[in-house]
Amino acid sequence: MFRNVAELVKLAETNQVKIAEIMIRQEIEVSGLSREEVIGKMDTNLTIMEQAVERGLNGVHSHTGLTGGDAVLLQNYLKSGKALSGHILLDAVSKAVATNEVNAAMGIICATPTAGSAGVVPGTLFAVKEKLHPTRLEMIEFLFTSAAFGFVVANNASISGAAGGCQAEVGSASGMAAAAIVELAGGSPQQAAEAMAITLKNMLGLVCDPVAGLVEVPCVKRNAMGASNAITAADMALAGVTSRIPCDEVIHAMFLIGQSMPSSLRETAEGGLAATPTARRLEQEIFGNGSTVKLKDLVIS
Amino acid sequence: MKYRSAFDIIGPVMIGPSSSHTAGAARIGRVARTLFGKQPKKAIISLYGSFAKTYKGHGTDFAIVAGLLDFDTFDERMPKSLEIAKEMGLEVVFQIEEAVTEHPNTVKINLYAEEDELEMVGISIGGGTIEITELNSFPLKLSGEHPAILVVHKDRFGIISAVTSVLSTYEINIGHMEVSRLEKGEMALMVIEVDHKIDEKVIDELSKLSNVSQIIRMVE
Repeated sequence: MFRNVAELVKLAETNQVKIAEIMIRQEIEVSGLSREEVIGKMDTNLTIMEQAVERGLNGVHSHTGLTGGDAVLLQNYLKSGKALSGHILLDAVSKAVATNEVNAAMGIICATPTAGSAGVVPGTLFAVKEKLHPTRLEMIEFLFTSAAFGFVVANNASISGAAGGCQAEVGSASGMAAAAIVELAGGSPQQAAEAMAITLKNMLGLVCDPVAGLVEVPCVKRNAMGASNAITAADMALAGVTSRIPCDEVIHAMFLIGQSMPSSLRETAEGGLAATPTARRLEQEIFGNGSTVKLKDLVIS
Repeated sequence: MKYRSAFDIIGPVMIGPSSSHTAGAARIGRVARTLFGKQPKKAIISLYGSFAKTYKGHGTDFAIVAGLLDFDTFDERMPKSLEIAKEMGLEVVFQIEEAVTEHPNTVKINLYAEEDELEMVGISIGGGTIEITELNSFPLKLSGEHPAILVVHKDRFGIISAVTSVLSTYEINIGHMEVSRLEKGEMALMVIEVDHKIDEKVIDELSKLSNVSQIIRMVE
């Protein structure tokens, strides 16, 4: 069992296998399931991700009306040929947004690693797919590679916005995606770790300040930026750029930053964007006068 | 290690919007339901920390109730669970607590039906993964992800070996085990997470042991 990224990379190198394979072997051992069962479970999750993206690209709106429809705008803009950023980058952004718009609309998604950050991993996978043409199994492996890096972050730091802010959610998701893109593109395990480190370094300190306590604003757009961050970092790592600070130390720094973050910036809707005049007005419009904070002994029977 | 599986990270498949505040909350509710063993008539749900501040936006309220109704994290009836609970005769009371808890996503669930009562505290630690930290005032650590046996017993010598020898007869391996008591010689609780499915026969045999007052079986 690997406890950190260094051990994970070493295991992959020593056994001369992909990081995905290390995760699959560990899963077989821990769960007692067969290889086919473990692969099959991830295949189901992949199908859920495909369905969510498809639903989002067809246009979906949340019950509050705060989010929805942006994935469609992005796809149309992409088709117009006027996009300044590259096709893959913007496609990933639109697909990340699509997933999170479905999530905000209380649709079915697969948490990667959380629901609020569920757009980044599938968004990038389905965008790079068009260039790298992976097999179904390679797409499943992409998710296991993501899982391996997420596993380290979850056990050594946090993947909870309430515990560590958005850096722990979208930050982790972006790092996981960056590492998986590198591996799918043929990069080495060490390059995958560099991509994770580069991504996470640029997400450090990101707070969790959901407007009205909803997983909508700014969550959907943070997934968009998380996806672009992941692709950029993956390209940097594939180009041979390395992180001066090793991946495990970046993860630990993220943990410590989360520890020192005030509670108002950790999913309480008390600070940051949630405390802006517009956010307070929206909160009022959505939930009325009985603000969630003051609500005492609400009885539903 | 708090997280043990790749599917704790890529998963669960769930109804949005939040893995900790919706899916995790539903899982905590469902564990309470399993421990209670039947549908409760009344539930008092006390929310703490981030749960208390943002439950409305995240749907934490209907998610916990969905769990109490034995719904899974991806059950599309989840957003309607409050109405369904009403139809099914489950009275639900929410209490917003000010107290600061160790983990920001904490919920205390009290369940009632006829003579039976249960008090359980659960935390949602991120990505849909949960831990049950308290049951009827006993501190414990239970993930709800593995089959488990909870033994309520009198605090007497030999009881642990009696229980484990039954498990060894049935070749059941113990993955995690802890014992706690409220007071010396009084009620105690044994929590045993195992690697295998637990047969009815095992439960029968365990409940016949002297000084054992209740056996609760938890299966995924």
